[in-house]
Amino acid sequence: MLKDITLGQYFPGNTVAHKLDPRTKILLVVLYIVALFTAKSLLTYGIMALCLAVCVRISRVGIRQLVRGLKPVLFIIIFTGVLNLLFTPGETELFSWGFLHVTGEGLRNAVFMVLRIMLLIMGTFLMTYTTSPISLTDGLERLLNGLKRFHVPVHELAMMMSIALRFIPTLIEETDKIMSAQKARGADFESGNLIQKAKALIPILVPLFISAFRRADELATAMECRCYHGGEGRTKLHVLRYESRDYVALTIGVLVVAAVAVLRRLGL
Amino acid sequence: MSTMIETRDLRFAYPAEEQEQPVYALKGVDLRIEKGSFVVVLGHNGSGKSTLAKTMNAVLLPAGGKVYVEGLDTLDERLLLEIRQRVGMVFQNPDNQIVANVVEEDVAFAPENLGVPTEEIRRRVDEALKAVGMSGFVTHAPHLLSGGQKQRIAIAGVIAMEPACVVLDEATAMLDPVGRQEVLSTIHRLNREKGITVVLITHHMNEAEEADRVIVMDAGQVAMDGTPQEVFSCVDRLCSMGLTVPDTVDLLDRLQKDGVQVPLDAITVEACADAIAAAFSAAPEN
Ligand SMILES: Nc1ncnc2c1ncn2[C@@H]1O[C@H](COP(=O)(O)OP(=O)(O)O)[C@@H](O)[C@H]1O
Ligand SMILES: [Mg+2]
Repeated sequence: MLKDITLGQYFPGNTVAHKLDPRTKILLVVLYIVALFTAKSLLTYGIMALCLAVCVRISRVGIRQLVRGLKPVLFIIIFTGVLNLLFTPGETELFSWGFLHVTGEGLRNAVFMVLRIMLLIMGTFLMTYTTSPISLTDGLERLLNGLKRFHVPVHELAMMMSIALRFIPTLIEETDKIMSAQKARGADFESGNLIQKAKALIPILVPLFISAFRRADELATAMECRCYHGGEGRTKLHVLRYESRDYVALTIGVLVVAAVAVLRRLGL
Repeated sequence: MSTMIETRDLRFAYPAEEQEQPVYALKGVDLRIEKGSFVVVLGHNGSGKSTLAKTMNAVLLPAGGKVYVEGLDTLDERLLLEIRQRVGMVFQNPDNQIVANVVEEDVAFAPENLGVPTEEIRRRVDEALKAVGMSGFVTHAPHLLSGGQKQRIAIAGVIAMEPACVVLDEATAMLDPVGRQEVLSTIHRLNREKGITVVLITHHMNEAEEADRVIVMDAGQVAMDGTPQEVFSCVDRLCSMGLTVPDTVDLLDRLQKDGVQVPLDAITVEACADAIAAAFSAAPEN
């Protein structure tokens, strides 16, 4: 069951979406998020959805995989939708029931909010699906390189992130093993109320933490043995380089944001 | 032959609890490991094998005495990277020494740390993967590989530093027999073809069969040191230190105790069979 977690999952491929520089993709996602929060009308949301659809088409990532990414946050989406639907004040009342009033504005807000979250999540997932974790962290490190001047430990953060990503499958596997071992001894994770369920997790978390600390210790030694001494003087197997396709992609991204902003000024 | 690693009266103690005497994990170890040799280190749990290994590339520093790596003193902080580059270390659990989630990125980790130029890293990665027979796995995810394959990736990650010596601390202990065989034949090949000095710490006596030299550690000291034949023929001594002998030597030892005239230094299965056959044909009336 834990195997279904899609966090940071990557589907290798050979499309333009895969080949873009990770920095470009991160910047595009930032632009995309800016545009999403600028969008205010059906037209602009339509444009954003179209952009996403085009990117999905280019990347050849299956729609199903993309939608599957929405599953863990389904609750949040529905919750936001219902909240907006019921508690947005407005004049045009569609119907009311007791203290609940559904207004035209509420309906509009709910639809837009849900659309926004869904587009946001699918957009970011599209990036992680088409970018290997290692080039993603590499891209982040390079993008934030300037912050080193302000004593932000950029290299260390990137290294931590890539090690975390590296150990996710290992720790998931280990959790599965510990759970099986505890189940074999009669542990019950399914029944009981919330508190009982939380208590049942303790025998999983304790060995998991102990083992994680031991792993961390051994990994640190192994890294030292391989001459790791921080980011200073490090070279790279894969050096990031912007190609013309990156400039084209970024130009398109900026144009879309500009278009959405202009449309918003025009009240569309 | 020149010396790869030399320890002189090496002592080491882990930090002790307050008000307690520090317990020495190494109590005066004198060793000289020749360049290009294949040395196996045996010893029961807690005898100080891992501690000894970690002093060989300055992960642990001697509390007394000295360790020299190709003449470089491990106590000299300025030589740290140079020493670690010369003596690579492979540990027991492959999962805890693989840093990246792509094979080539992991193998590239050490050269990247050493500031090797990009094209040179590429060459070293390809060569290291070829040396461990994992060329077909350049872009694979390490967590999907078998134990033996993961451990070979770990070895490649060390080979990419182009070390003169590789120390393997029970690197085969977590592997199944197939994986163990893969790893063993890999390091034997590296020793033969690239002349890399190998220090193999192990629990499996039969892994010592083909070694040039066997060192037995006991209570932080070198208890025995010699060729596999010399060491394994002291069956009683080994047993008193809580060690077993290879099945072949065990068999010969039992025969000898039953009065059959066999030598104890036939370690490989073939040599053992020959020795027994010779003993029985020489004395058919037995
Ligand atoms: N990190 C540590 N802290 C304190 N004592 C340790 C530590 N590691 C090992 N020791 C002690 O040092 C001795 C030698 O251990 P070690 O070198 O790991 O032996 P081996 O590898 O032969 O099993 C043991 O008595 C062990 O308890
Ligand atoms: Mg040990």
